[in-house]
Amino acid sequence: MSDEKRIDAETGTETTGHQWDGIEELNTPLPRWWLWTFYATTVWGVIYTILFPAWPMISGATAGALGWSSRGEVAAEIERVDLSRADLMESLVTVDLGVLDRNEDLHRFAVQAGRSVFAANCSQCHGAGAAGVQAAGYPNLLDDDWLWGGTIRDIATTVRHGIRNEDDPDARWSQMPAFGEFWTDDEIAATVEHVRALGGLEHDPDLAVVGAELFYDNCASCHGDEGTGDREIGAPNLTDAIWLYGGDREALDRTIRHARFGVMPPWGARLGEAQVRAVAAYVHGLGGGEEEAMIGDEVEAGPDVPDASFPASAEETPREAGEPPVAPVAD
Amino acid sequence: MTDAPQLFAAREPIFPRRVSGTFRRLKWAILWITLGIYYVTPWVRWDRGPNLPDQAVLVDLANRRFYFFWIEIWPHEFYFVAGLLIMAGLGLFLFTSALGRVWCGYSCPQTVWTDLFLWVERRFEGDRNARIRLQKAPWSVRKARLRLTKWGAWLLIALATGGAWVFYFADAPNLLRELATGTAPPVAYVTMAVLTATTFTLGGFLREQVCIYMCPWPRIQGAMMDPGTLTVGYRDWRGEPRGKGGVKRQRAAAHAVGGGEARARYGAAASKDVAAPRTSRDGEVLGDCIDCMACVAVCPMGIDIREGQQMECITCALCIDACDEVMARIGRPRGLIDYLALDDHPPTLPGEHAAVRPMGTAAAGAPVETIPVDGAPAPAPNAAPRPAVTVPELRDWTPKPLWKHVLRPRTLVYTTLWALIGIGLLVALFVRPEIDMTVAPVRNPTFVTLSDGSVRNAYDVRLRNKHGEERPFLFSLAAPGALSIALEGEEGLAAPVPADSTRLQRVYVTAAPGDPAALGGRTPVRLWVEDALSGERAHGDTVFNGRGELR
Repeated sequence: MSDEKRIDAETGTETTGHQWDGIEELNTPLPRWWLWTFYATTVWGVIYTILFPAWPMISGATAGALGWSSRGEVAAEIERVDLSRADLMESLVTVDLGVLDRNEDLHRFAVQAGRSVFAANCSQCHGAGAAGVQAAGYPNLLDDDWLWGGTIRDIATTVRHGIRNEDDPDARWSQMPAFGEFWTDDEIAATVEHVRALGGLEHDPDLAVVGAELFYDNCASCHGDEGTGDREIGAPNLTDAIWLYGGDREALDRTIRHARFGVMPPWGARLGEAQVRAVAAYVHGLGGGEEEAMIGDEVEAGPDVPDASFPASAEETPREAGEPPVAPVAD
Repeated sequence: MTDAPQLFAAREPIFPRRVSGTFRRLKWAILWITLGIYYVTPWVRWDRGPNLPDQAVLVDLANRRFYFFWIEIWPHEFYFVAGLLIMAGLGLFLFTSALGRVWCGYSCPQTVWTDLFLWVERRFEGDRNARIRLQKAPWSVRKARLRLTKWGAWLLIALATGGAWVFYFADAPNLLRELATGTAPPVAYVTMAVLTATTFTLGGFLREQVCIYMCPWPRIQGAMMDPGTLTVGYRDWRGEPRGKGGVKRQRAAAHAVGGGEARARYGAAASKDVAAPRTSRDGEVLGDCIDCMACVAVCPMGIDIREGQQMECITCALCIDACDEVMARIGRPRGLIDYLALDDHPPTLPGEHAAVRPMGTAAAGAPVETIPVDGAPAPAPNAAPRPAVTVPELRDWTPKPLWKHVLRPRTLVYTTLWALIGIGLLVALFVRPEIDMTVAPVRNPTFVTLSDGSVRNAYDVRLRNKHGEERPFLFSLAAPGALSIALEGEEGLAAPVPADSTRLQRVYVTAAPGDPAALGGRTPVRLWVEDALSGERAHGDTVFNGRGELR
């Protein structure tokens, strides 16, 4: 470095006096338009901070003359999207769920909307992939086994009112007695062997014969003589390969001894009818959805308004608070 | 006080003179062709059927498609664009290593539009001298009229430029109608306004300032040149010492110095055809440069090429045309200013390679280097005495032919790479399928046990139909054992995919109870789809996850 400034012979420009290993720096003047650009951007910067939120104050920033905010922009965007979807939402609330899949656009919209509803509200228990949690008795929604029915209408009813909750008088309801209160350990063990036999699992045939007797007297009223269950009261089918709480001896012993009481909250009031229907359409399309037993189009033509055209069933019967369970149901 | 360094300098206006010649004609041709392509392309129609746009070149950002005549690029085929960009990069390396900043001089939009604006300027305000006079003249009605008409014409061109740009992104006739009726999307107006403003300012007022101060290219391209690179240069060994010649050629004096002089200036091969050297009034031997400043007057960058290659020079070659015109008039061979390379410089000292000496160090104010000639050295002012070059050495000197500058290992390597990528892209273009699929196994959960004990896996299959009409895609499965396939939401195994779009289809593969695939771990399976209309097939390989009970 040196301080000696001189006029460079080649260019006629003064040097800055800086030099590094003999390389000198010219003090070339900036173009004047650059200066004006700098002033212009400075002025624009000041104007910008007046128009938009900018200056930090003690409790927040200046609001800006235009009143713009990023939250406001998001809100406006959401409003715009909601407005553009208003027609579809309206159609979704009024459409007959039994024939929803005939309207391809509406069905696609419902499934996509339901995907979001599910992720935000249902995945906490049923899992993001809807595979459920067996240890906690959250059912797998992907398979073809349904406790309370697998048509889109059944699913919507379950979602709307929930299961065994105190908040919705129309909640699906049933309760299996805890057989540990009146059975011996041997009786329970024998029934476990029979239930395993029903499900096609390895079992003790001698004990199962004793268990069959007990099953016929105590369980068949809900689960059926063959153990195929009853969807009207959410009594699970015991003959299939799917076990809500597990098919091993320990889990079955616990189920029979203490009973289970799986609860699902009602979502109708919280989500609104459109979202309930959307999430029902989504769950219905996860691989296990069942078709409505079609009697004729005229039967299905009416709108599926809650508590209106839905066929009356046991779980729909209003229940007095504190009333004993309608029917003992085992799982 | 006047010596105080200025922090800011105002732009020195430049008034390039009109010039005609080979390179000017070439530049006009390139200008009209490139501008023509730019303005006309969006209006070319191309029939693609009822479901697709009929604009030949269209960047459809909303639908993420790029149409180029018969080619349609989807987002997943962006590698074509990447490949073209790599080719553009290699092409730039190639042209820069062979011809220097030829991009800047001929095809850079800044150069092309500035050229167009200059042409307009000349139409309204006249050539160089008239424009200088007008600039100096005080404001008057005439000056205001000329300025306003010129700016108006510029604005129209700028508006057309910004306008043409937006037509590449939407259906041109529709957009024009919308623009005219004020119903076009705001982004179209904003884009047009910005491009109009930049074209008007950059082409009309900032011109060479863009190249000198704003553009990184001059630095990058300067670094990419080598001693063999052709660029616009001045044959100082031929032109110096510059000066006005005597009233008459003094043939006798010329004869005395003829042979060696000519060889030194023109090279051994050319020297025979060259007339005798010029001499000054004082009988001093002069170079070919008559210092007429034509090269400076025509330069759009306002530089003197005789000072050597410099950062400002965009190699537009207009000084070559200007000088050739003068050389023809004074009866000297063309090419005093010409496409030259550093290593074109004749040997100056025994053992010294010409390339190590920067071309054109004969800058103003610096010592002017001249070719010392046997017997008659021509010392320039302030020139340090140099050892004279001996005649035998000069006799062997022959200028390098043009092709040797262009065909060099470096340019050949660039050409080969460029061509290989080009061929690769062409092959990729012609073998790419019209239907396509990708398979993503659903991993949450990996499998589902159904009530009858069978095991089901789900796959999200992305189907791609590039045809201009809806096609039914038929699914089939290639897998060992008793595996069956079903589609979510479809009765059979056909999934219709709309024209020019994709469809996400969930596919179920189910293994019967007790099947090895159901009980085992991972079984490889292959999903096939077939376009039922054309018979084209595509497949995706994936795995089937069993319950993992057989180990």
